[in-house]
Amino acid sequence: MDARTIPIVPIAPAGARAPKDGAFEFLVTRKDEMIGWARKFSLFPYPFVTACCAMEFMAVSASPYDTDRFGAALPRFSPRQADLLMVVGTVTHKQAPVLLKVWEQMCEPKWVMAFGACATSGGFYQNYATLQGIDQIIPVDVYVPGCPPRPETVIDGIMQLQDKIARSHHPVVAGRF
Amino acid sequence: MAANDLDTLRRQIVPAAGAAALSHGTIVFVLAPAELVPAVARLRDEFAFDLLLDLTAVDWPADALRFEVVHHLYSTTHKVRVRLKTRVAAADPVIDSLVALYGSAAYMERECHEMYGIRFRGNHDLRPILLYEGFIGHPLRKDYPKRREQPLVPYREA
Repeated sequence: MDARTIPIVPIAPAGARAPKDGAFEFLVTRKDEMIGWARKFSLFPYPFVTACCAMEFMAVSASPYDTDRFGAALPRFSPRQADLLMVVGTVTHKQAPVLLKVWEQMCEPKWVMAFGACATSGGFYQNYATLQGIDQIIPVDVYVPGCPPRPETVIDGIMQLQDKIARSHHPVVAGRF
Repeated sequence: MAANDLDTLRRQIVPAAGAAALSHGTIVFVLAPAELVPAVARLRDEFAFDLLLDLTAVDWPADALRFEVVHHLYSTTHKVRVRLKTRVAAADPVIDSLVALYGSAAYMERECHEMYGIRFRGNHDLRPILLYEGFIGHPLRKDYPKRREQPLVPYREA
């Protein structure tokens, strides 16, 4: 049986009276599934915003699109409090050490989103100045294409990242459980 | 400023071999390197060109005098722009600095220095301003390879 298909089953404790309204008293689930479910809805993004994509980042954060619906709205301006690094815009070689330092300061678990064409691949810049995609220096979990990406694309990226988190093994806790 | 003013300026500013023309409403002077600072000083002091708008260079790889250093001045009194072009050779691309005349020249000369390798005599702070320490070469020269990168952070294993 595939572990993911284990049903959530209500179990009445021995000797306990069944509640009259039939509400669940206990749930059985998998540790990874539960932690993944909790983590995917509590993404604290650190916006590493360098260029024009910032406008689109503001658009997707603000009320009409509202990333808060996905539990990914509260930007933390300290990398130590963040778990989603959103790299929004072009990163130059001169800036690359700063990006690396920010990423290194983030605690596990952490995820990285490459927001827009430049963060993904350098975009249309191929010259002495531009890093050809942030995955040259840090691992990236989800790439959002577009120049700039539409808010729908960003939301799709967030949802794909949430799926990835939900499906992941969460080894930090596994060692103690 | 009309055509007769241009004549006046030309006669007064470039009495030697310099040429002058009108291009899209901008007065263009072609000067020898030695004429640059006296000409700019006169433009500033006598003709009220009080603003140094821009300072850059153009690379003409095939020419003997390879680099054309271009200055743009603006007069907030007369509402007129002036362009000064000066050629320097690739072997020794040195030109006099305008720092003594315009403070804003300092940063623009730093940028021109790192991008084209032109040295400005009299500007004592030619550290990189947009690039970083350790960058080799001058990226806006035509012979700088388009794809040459000089990363500061080592790339991850593919």
